[in-house]
Amino acid sequence: MKEPAIRRRIIADKSFKTIVVLLAFASILPMFFILFFIISKGISVINWTFLTHLPKPVGEIGGGISNAIIGTLMLITVSIIFSVPVGVLAGVFLCEYRKGRFAYFVKLAIETLQGIPSIVIGIIAYIWLVLPMGSFSGLSGGVALALMMLPVIITATEETLKLIPDSLREGSLALGVSYPRTILKVVLPAGLSGILTGILLSVARVTGETAPLLFTAFGSPFMNFNILKPINTLPLMIFNYATSPYTEWHTLAWGASFVLVVFVLGLNLFTKVVTRKWKVQF
Amino acid sequence: MIEKGRDNVSVELRQQLGLLTDSSMEDFLVRIHRRTMAGWKFGLSESFFRKILYVAGTFVLVLLIAIFLSLVVASIPAIRHFGVGFLFGTTWDPVRGEFGALPFVMGTLFVSLLALAISTVFSLSISIFLGEYFRGGAVSAFITSVIELLAGIPSVIYGFCGLFLLVPVVRALEIKLNVAPYGVGILTSSLVLAVMIIPYSASIGREVISLVPSDLKEAAFSLGATRFEVIRKVVLPYARSGIFAGILLSLGRALGETMAVTMVIGNSNFIPKGIFSPANTLASVIANEFTEATGQLYLSSLVELGLVLFMVTTVINIFGKVIIRRMGMGDK
Amino acid sequence: MNNFGKSLLGLGMKKVLGLITILLISIVLGGTGHAKDIELIGAGATFPYPLYSKMFDVYNKEYAVKVNYQAIGSGGGIRQLISKTVDFGGSDAMMSDKDLAEASAPVLHVPTCAGAVVLTYNLTGDPRLGFTPDVIADIFLGKISKWNDRRISAINPGVKLPDMNITVVHRSDGSGTTFIFSDYLGKVSAEWKEKVGTGPSLNWPAGLGGKGNPGVAGLVKPTPGSIGYVELIYALQNKMPYGMVKNKKGKFVDATLASTSKAADTNLPDDMKVSLTDTDAPEGYPISGFTWILVYKEQNYAEKSEGKAKELVHLLWWMTHEGQKNAEPLEYAPLSKKAVEKAEKLIKSVTYNGKPMMK
Repeated sequence: MKEPAIRRRIIADKSFKTIVVLLAFASILPMFFILFFIISKGISVINWTFLTHLPKPVGEIGGGISNAIIGTLMLITVSIIFSVPVGVLAGVFLCEYRKGRFAYFVKLAIETLQGIPSIVIGIIAYIWLVLPMGSFSGLSGGVALALMMLPVIITATEETLKLIPDSLREGSLALGVSYPRTILKVVLPAGLSGILTGILLSVARVTGETAPLLFTAFGSPFMNFNILKPINTLPLMIFNYATSPYTEWHTLAWGASFVLVVFVLGLNLFTKVVTRKWKVQF
Repeated sequence: MIEKGRDNVSVELRQQLGLLTDSSMEDFLVRIHRRTMAGWKFGLSESFFRKILYVAGTFVLVLLIAIFLSLVVASIPAIRHFGVGFLFGTTWDPVRGEFGALPFVMGTLFVSLLALAISTVFSLSISIFLGEYFRGGAVSAFITSVIELLAGIPSVIYGFCGLFLLVPVVRALEIKLNVAPYGVGILTSSLVLAVMIIPYSASIGREVISLVPSDLKEAAFSLGATRFEVIRKVVLPYARSGIFAGILLSLGRALGETMAVTMVIGNSNFIPKGIFSPANTLASVIANEFTEATGQLYLSSLVELGLVLFMVTTVINIFGKVIIRRMGMGDK
Repeated sequence: MNNFGKSLLGLGMKKVLGLITILLISIVLGGTGHAKDIELIGAGATFPYPLYSKMFDVYNKEYAVKVNYQAIGSGGGIRQLISKTVDFGGSDAMMSDKDLAEASAPVLHVPTCAGAVVLTYNLTGDPRLGFTPDVIADIFLGKISKWNDRRISAINPGVKLPDMNITVVHRSDGSGTTFIFSDYLGKVSAEWKEKVGTGPSLNWPAGLGGKGNPGVAGLVKPTPGSIGYVELIYALQNKMPYGMVKNKKGKFVDATLASTSKAADTNLPDDMKVSLTDTDAPEGYPISGFTWILVYKEQNYAEKSEGKAKELVHLLWWMTHEGQKNAEPLEYAPLSKKAVEKAEKLIKSVTYNGKPMMK
């Protein structure tokens, strides 16, 4: 015979669990809504014309997003060029010199850098590149994105390398391999999966960035392979088309969103595969 | 005569390697060794390489300082003109050259705090769900993946979906409540933002909760406590500071969010009066007006807004990270 | 971990990744080498954007020159021209003395067409409404707050107006359309002139902000009871109703190509910096305005090449001559003969190193 007090506590316990489960499942609902809408509205727009043609003038039907796709790829390339070498080296630095006082400040700087809102990065890129260059350009956009990728790459590199046991380094050094070569040809390859994860994840993050590109890459209705000129990207196009009143443009925006989401989520999945496949277990 | 074993490497060497590592690592090391010894000469001296590492580290530090200085230098005209009053000025009037940050500070606070309040309910549930009830298994993997995907969706897409899916709903609500049927405004922005920041506090909360030592919980169970009571009285208090840190990190993210908010906030430069008012945040006003700020003072006022945003988000983020680090969870 | 060793040091995956990287980098760097690719960059007004978008598409097909125009608002056009990050700016707002001082070099206002700013609204049944100047001013001042206000129904006797709040939609960015609209209101309402004034960015007493003409239309279209001001083509292309306005001579005029042209048929100064609002023309639409392309008179700045300056001048000439035939189908008023003459003079005065580029 259970006392009423105990029964109350049991009811409270069961209700709590129910509430938690309900809320947890409720929070993932938006995800499905978003995916559902993007897929249902976007997939009907995707066809060969859409992917390979340029956008049409205002108010005309048809057109495509080819320049945005190419622009996005170009920007990613530029930002990788700027962020990976410096990022990986800085990550190595933080790992090798982790005991120093200097490293502490560098870590602080990286954490600060990571938290900077993307719009502020856009302001910086405008001041540092657009004004002196006298023109908007894909380059300034790529640099802005590189600034955002840097902290993630550095942290991923550092964390990965920290996990590699010292015995690997020592073994290599003991065999007479020089220090630079040890790092570059022994330690880094061993940590490749973690570093690659960091790079791919940061790419997935900046692919969808719009704010810093508003006043750097600027946008363009044309196909452009010149990085010193303005360039169009998928997120910029989505922003411009979504906030316009033209229904044809809204449709294009859904299609572009579909492409963008597929790309970003695909990249995330690819990263998981890479991590698992190339991970070196110690 | 050195005995050569597999791969033309001396047996002694293999034995040396064998002592250090297990056999799979041994194969790996042997290949590396052959490659590096026989391969392309790097020609790097150690001290040069170490210098390069230092340069890389210093570069990052210099980068941050340069960013801060650029913002300050570009804000100087505004700072000199308005002084500290800039932060409390209520008018943003480009025509008369009067710029005050208060409407945007309030807009930012309103939207971010509301979003935080809404998201914390959900992210805490997820943390408890994943940290206590479903620590492993298919359900946990499923929920975790979905949360990760949520974090991966670009901001502009959140804004786009918010504009077309959420705004009509809020508009219908406003019509029912007999309020101006904007559809856009503080409420809509907070809702969109709340969904966006759930993953950040959820993942940190989940980590902290799962790290609560089981003997503490067992002790409580053995005294006859229900699961709910254990969570309420043992787990949550123990994990309190970690959860708080996760919330701070979400807040930092919310403060700086630009695109999704810009698309659904209504773009009004006045102090918002209520939850259905249109408004502007520090980030969204910069996004809207930066490319067209005519005049030194206008542009520099916008940059000063960026500086304020930079400092606020930095303080909050660092605070959150310090707490996490102090809890020994490593850096996230 | 033999598999790992094989896949990393083996040539398969690595070579493929390496090739992809080289390909991408060479595209990026190779594209940069295309010096002959002349691209003109412009930014500014959304007011003429549908027209410019069409014009530049046609121009590109005819002359293989890319003209990249981003509609970020007239304020943006002026700002970017002053910062010298664009080759030309588009604006329906005349540059103020402060702007001209900041530009520190003479800037020409070359007109390209005239357009009409209409009042578009969202009411069930899409009724055709008429507005008087004072009513418009008071709506946007926030003094008239309901659609069935006596003053509105007085002008529109046959229409059943709902008991709904008026939601004002204005521009959130620096806008030439705002400039034209506020210029008009400043002329017809003393209270407006004092309280709000004229300019591309205003301290609006009420309402929601939309980015660009598309943004305003994008907010009015789905918001019941809203009213905003946009260039005519945006209301037409989105099939939104717009009102007639009572002009200075007391006539309720519909915004059309004809009425805009009549408003533009006025005394044109040599520098073409003239306002067309509150026109004296009896059949003229009172909220009309020119839109201009802003260029520096002296084109040798910021290491600009003479070839590029020549292309710019050629573009301007084309826009004011052959390009004009694109205006009518989009309901923009093409330049009158007088206006074209003045424009020609302005274009011919563009110099490179002091020498005029066109005779």
